[in-house]
Amino acid sequence: MRRLLAFLPVVLALVLGGVFYWGLNPNRNPNEIPSVLISKPAPEFALSPVDGTGVPGLATQDLETAGEIVIVNVFASWCVPCRAEHAVLTRIKREQNVPLFGINYKDKPEDAARWLEDLGNPYTRIGSDLDGRAGIEWGISGVPETFIVSSDGTVLHRTVGPVVGDDAVTKFNRALQAARDLESAS
Amino acid sequence: MIPEIGQFALALAFALALVQSVLPMLGAARKNTVWMASATATSIGQCLLLGIAFFALMRSFIISDFTVLNVAENSNTLKPMLFKIAGTWASHEGSLLLWVLILALFGACVAIYGRNVPASLKARTLSVQAWISVGFISFMLFTSNPFERVFPPPLDGQDLNPLLQDMGLALHPPLLYLGYVGFSIVFSFAVAALIEGRVDPAWARWVRPWTLAAWVFLTAGIALGSWWAYYELGWGGWWFWDPVENVSFMPWLLGTALLHSAIVTEKRDAFKSWTILLAILTFSLSLLGTFIVRSGLLTSVHAFAVDPERGLYILGLLAISIGGSLSLYAWRAPAMEPGGLFRPISREGGLLLNNVLLATATASILFGTLYPLFMEAFADEKISVGPPYFNAIFIPLMLPLVVAMGIGPYLSWKRANMKGVAQRLYAVGIATAVIAVIFWYVARGGPVLAYVSVAITIWLLLTTLREWASRVKLFEVPLATSWSRAKGLPRSAHGMTLAHAGLAVAMFGFIGSTVWKSEEIVFVQPGSEISISDFDVRFDGVERVAGPNYVADRGALAVYRDGEFITTLYPEKRFYPVAQSQTTESAIWSTLAGDIYASLADPADEAVDASGAWTLRILYEPLVFLIWLGSVMLVVGGLVSLSDRRLRVGAPKSSTLATQPPNAAPAE
Repeated sequence: MRRLLAFLPVVLALVLGGVFYWGLNPNRNPNEIPSVLISKPAPEFALSPVDGTGVPGLATQDLETAGEIVIVNVFASWCVPCRAEHAVLTRIKREQNVPLFGINYKDKPEDAARWLEDLGNPYTRIGSDLDGRAGIEWGISGVPETFIVSSDGTVLHRTVGPVVGDDAVTKFNRALQAARDLESAS
Repeated sequence: MIPEIGQFALALAFALALVQSVLPMLGAARKNTVWMASATATSIGQCLLLGIAFFALMRSFIISDFTVLNVAENSNTLKPMLFKIAGTWASHEGSLLLWVLILALFGACVAIYGRNVPASLKARTLSVQAWISVGFISFMLFTSNPFERVFPPPLDGQDLNPLLQDMGLALHPPLLYLGYVGFSIVFSFAVAALIEGRVDPAWARWVRPWTLAAWVFLTAGIALGSWWAYYELGWGGWWFWDPVENVSFMPWLLGTALLHSAIVTEKRDAFKSWTILLAILTFSLSLLGTFIVRSGLLTSVHAFAVDPERGLYILGLLAISIGGSLSLYAWRAPAMEPGGLFRPISREGGLLLNNVLLATATASILFGTLYPLFMEAFADEKISVGPPYFNAIFIPLMLPLVVAMGIGPYLSWKRANMKGVAQRLYAVGIATAVIAVIFWYVARGGPVLAYVSVAITIWLLLTTLREWASRVKLFEVPLATSWSRAKGLPRSAHGMTLAHAGLAVAMFGFIGSTVWKSEEIVFVQPGSEISISDFDVRFDGVERVAGPNYVADRGALAVYRDGEFITTLYPEKRFYPVAQSQTTESAIWSTLAGDIYASLADPADEAVDASGAWTLRILYEPLVFLIWLGSVMLVVGGLVSLSDRRLRVGAPKSSTLATQPPNAAPAE
């Protein structure tokens, strides 16, 4: 018994070591926060349009009626990184011709309208999430966040933080391509 | 040229470590005294060579030699001199160099001061120490060379992470490493004893001062790190149960257990295999810390640059050192005969409880820290374990420990006289209850657990003071007699009193600042007034100021109490253009009763920004000062105990068993 007990520490250490070895896998990023929504249907929500932008509001059904993959971007005029991201998203929409939907998170409609007037409006639809309820449904941890949703309304990808910088843009484009491949396969 | 000398010294130190890892070990097996004695010379040589390497790197930082990659990546000409020097150990490579230097330093200290340690044990210990050296110096030479050159050299460096440009953090790593790595020598002693197959009270006596020294440094290092987090991170807390904090805390907890179990081995020849296991595990946890911080295994605010390659190398080192030592333990430990018998209620019993609780606490922190990794590995789920888990598990374990801590010093070895102890303690118990009730009456509000904790802390403080007072017969005999008795007491007794009382003092700080903290987060404009606790604070606006390598928005806050002006606080928001990052410099007005803590955050809204409004965070944290005071008492207590004659090198080898146990209950 005593002999067996003496082996306990080394056995435990070996188990720990095995897990550490697994944890060192270079493809694993501990900072990545996966969304619980990935490969699940997008949450139920219905948002009224933002006054003064001239584009319609956004609801769950709109993700499916688009008939192709769409990008859903959560933004706000008070969010500084969104300003930088705006240009990137505008370019992606123009070059890749993907519908871009916006969720205007906890923002005053007049501020949002002025912001879009200054920078240009790349969004086809914008829902005004004044009280942040839709943000909770989508499980966002901050602004901006960007989702890729398939034509049947399934969430395929989530980017936390701005899609800015070579690294993030490459990753996002890769996710977009993967979503397209998936779409054409089915 | 100088960096090459450093590089060369590093390689030479590696060669010496290789020799030292084999020759003395063989010498001890073959009873060859010359081979055994070689360990002394090689230990000192290693230490000198690594010292040369370290100062070569430091010089490159001081003169801003940007041809050295490490300097270019972590320094900048505009950085104040102090932080240029501290930059030496701020990067992964530089801190590793400090790590091995300290490792060699402890080896050299044992080589020089360990004259009374038997030659074979000393040779084996230093050999084991050299195994660790070989592992880590080779790690540096092959994967993380601090002297790597860069061509063409950049005009200026990339600057050190501004969060690290801070006095507290400049000193934090050296102290922490002295503690972490200090346990290496205890580990080496343990492994050497396992190889030798002999553990006796004398062994415990040789090991104790090193354990105590490492513990003192680790305590200071952790306290300094916590202090840094308190005033630099701007979150208004001093402990966050962050993985990296946890990996420094676990060796501390286990080291504390080791400190106490070694006493039992020394005095009573018991707990032998357990003490050995603790010695191995404490250093294993230090190594684990090194691994976690440098491999990017877990998410943390203060991890080094992530590199799986390096992680793999350290994991290999871990497998050899921890796996090897624990296998050796599994093979040799069962043969160790259990020593002195004792009753459950006795000094041994008390220390056993101490060890069980500390080990359980360590295990549960380890579990909580690694749980996310386990969940990811086995359940493919990402979760994070936060303060609620750690608080829920740690506090219930610590409270009984603290109760027992008050009683422990009253218990005699082997078998304690329960009735006698109760007689001596009942007055303290009543006093505790009275003070706790008065406190409850004055403070009101707050959870019941807070009052229980306060009562237990009062208990610890009073029992500790009472025990010391009864030893010197304070107020029982004339003061002069008490004074001479106090001088006659072993220093370790004073050390224990100071450290135990220090923990009580720190605990008042932990409880006060956790439970009775008040916090306000508000938008402010020049002229805005906020009241918090008994204070009124007026925001007088923000001005832009320039520092050596940053620009800052400095807010001014006038603090009043009952209409009376007290002080002005200047919280800052600093921007470091070279490193492209921001830091928060909170402003703290500290008193014995509590701290007013203010930090400035970015305006959340651009429209608000235009009108000159800021987000201001003000906290009133009662008794925080006591945490730092208590930490100082713990450290000083350890140092006083370390200066005890009994532990000093060359002390007479009289068996402590023969002397009167210092805690024998006085006849009353």
